[in-house]
Amino acid sequence: MAGKAVGPVRRSFAPWTDPASKPFIEFRKVTKRFGDFVAVDDLSLIIYEREFFALLGPSGCGKTTLMRMVAGFEGPTEGQVLLDGQDLAGVPPYRRPTNMMFQSYALFPHMTVEANIGFGLKQDRMAKGEIDARVEEMLSLVKLTPFAKRKPHQLSGGQRQRVALARSLAKWPKVLLLDEPLGALDKKLREETQFELTDLQQKLGLTFVIVTHDQEEAMTVADRIAVMNQGRIVQIATPSEIYEQPNSRYVADFIGDINVLEGRIASTGNGVVRLECIGTGATVEVDQDLTAAPGDTAWFAIRPEKISISLDRPQNGTINAVEGEVWDIGYLGDVSVYHVRLPTGATMKATVTNRSRLVERPITWEDKVWLTWTRDGGVILTK
Amino acid sequence: MIRRFSFFNLTSVTLGFAFLYLPIVLLVIYSFNESRLVTVWGGWSTKWYGELFRNEALMDAAWVTLRVALLSATVATILGTLAAIALVRFGRFRGRTLFSGMIYAPLVMPDVITGLSLLLLFVAMGFARGFWTILLAHITFSTCFVAIVVQSRLVTFDRTLEEAALDLGCPPLKTFFLITLPIILPGVVAGWMLAFTLSLDDLVIASFVTGPGATTLPMRIYSQVRLGVTPEINAVCTILIGIVTVGVIAASIITKRQEVERRRAERMAMATP
Ligand SMILES: Nc1ncnc2c1ncn2[C@@H]1O[C@H](COP(=O)(O)OP(=O)(O)OP(=O)(O)O)[C@@H](O)[C@H]1O
Ligand SMILES: [Mg+2]
Repeated sequence: MAGKAVGPVRRSFAPWTDPASKPFIEFRKVTKRFGDFVAVDDLSLIIYEREFFALLGPSGCGKTTLMRMVAGFEGPTEGQVLLDGQDLAGVPPYRRPTNMMFQSYALFPHMTVEANIGFGLKQDRMAKGEIDARVEEMLSLVKLTPFAKRKPHQLSGGQRQRVALARSLAKWPKVLLLDEPLGALDKKLREETQFELTDLQQKLGLTFVIVTHDQEEAMTVADRIAVMNQGRIVQIATPSEIYEQPNSRYVADFIGDINVLEGRIASTGNGVVRLECIGTGATVEVDQDLTAAPGDTAWFAIRPEKISISLDRPQNGTINAVEGEVWDIGYLGDVSVYHVRLPTGATMKATVTNRSRLVERPITWEDKVWLTWTRDGGVILTK
Repeated sequence: MIRRFSFFNLTSVTLGFAFLYLPIVLLVIYSFNESRLVTVWGGWSTKWYGELFRNEALMDAAWVTLRVALLSATVATILGTLAAIALVRFGRFRGRTLFSGMIYAPLVMPDVITGLSLLLLFVAMGFARGFWTILLAHITFSTCFVAIVVQSRLVTFDRTLEEAALDLGCPPLKTFFLITLPIILPGVVAGWMLAFTLSLDDLVIASFVTGPGATTLPMRIYSQVRLGVTPEINAVCTILIGIVTVGVIAASIITKRQEVERRRAERMAMATP
């Protein structure tokens, strides 16, 4: 994918694993209330310099509110927001080294595209020639050079979004807050812009915080992802950790597709957890260290692509295997998704890569099939 | 489908318009009357216009009125805009209801009461009555009209625009002049025009607060008419009607042209995505 092209630099970038690294943006036990409503709830978070940080979460969970507190439009009701070790309380928005791209774009309607993009540079009293050069550069970055003289109302939705992006980027701010920056763009343009963004961020050593509803985008561009729910952070981790080792059913469910089987812990210890699934009769054995007592309710979560589907009964019986009937097949081009009905009435999904051009699938509707997985295919979650 | 007007509709519309415009048309026609007697037609002439410009008392009054109207409209626009911002922006500050009530009160207050109370104030403060007291009085009552016009424009103003400007390093006052004011400008201009016309035709309040040496045009006209309508008065009124008509037409042409320009720009944007 486009954004991964920055590879080697990024692979070595992991300040969060180093206890000596200095926080850049820090939320210290921040609570934000609007009247009685708690928008951000006792939240602590550290973002490091040069990091590309993504905020993910359902609508209304407080993502924009977090950003507005960094930008200076809202103050925390309790707690502190720090930037580079300095408490931001009392610092007005126009004195903060942050720029924000607004979810609603907020383009100045009476100014041309050019003037919009150059507005921030002009406030810094940059020389005219320099401003023109930077505006030119930003215009070509977002591919809007022919539209420089237009007014915002003469642009399409996607073009407006790109102007907003260019305007927030133009000052090369130390911290750039992007609130759903690419939502209105088509897939190709979005991927190109993602690449341009990561490239610029790496080149200039900026810190980006991005809000997005597109998980793939978060996975592509971000160094770390925070998954939020109702004003709290549920998990912060790298994209692969979030995907492969979600810490709760909420995160597992939120990111990508996942199958969840409920059961009771049979045994733990020695790096192996056994879970007896209710109803399906399956026993799940997973290589995992888990602190839980036998008898506790727990959930086994596994991604569809980690499940194998076959017509034959596996040799080791019902360990890491369930039986079911093919209920539906979704053909997605590169893969097919099999929806398999278990005896309990629940369905599980398994994806199969389409390796041949055969239109007829060897396994088809109403076949009795076995779903199997390996001991390191899924995780057991206790919440 | 073309709706046919019934006889009843047609008559009522005709009568309505006649009622509105016949007096004005008559006034304009009689201003070109040759005869000295207003009620007797003596043939076409423009001599009363010439006469008018030689009538020093009328010209003085016109000059006073114009100065008062320009100054009071300008000051009232500044104050009214500030008041509108305070009302829309500062949410629920202490005494907001009282403040907005006080802003709107002059709208419904009879002119006689406004005039009288201002007169009492000026007397109590020992102000020399004349040009300045008329100006102050006009500022006072037209400020609230401006506030209301500007307020209606401000409530639809998207505040994230200001936030965006602040975010890009523009301090608040500069943001007001660079972002807020240009966007609410049509409301501010409309407020100014309203204040200007209100001041132009105020008779009652000006009569209360005036003093020697400051007579406005409406006051002069009124006092002359009590001695009998002269063709000069018809002429001066015709000029006033002309000014107002030109103003209204100009304003509507400007807005129309803006509309057309916007439409064309939108079409252009559609054509080349
Ligand atoms: N000024 C405000 N007054 C009252 N409530 C507010 C205000 N701003 C935000 N909220 C509430 O706070 C919560 C979080 O809002 P926020 O805008 O941060 O959501 P979000 O995560 O950005 O959602 P979305 O993905 O839809 O943009 C919402 O429930 C919202 O209704
Ligand atoms: Mg939001």
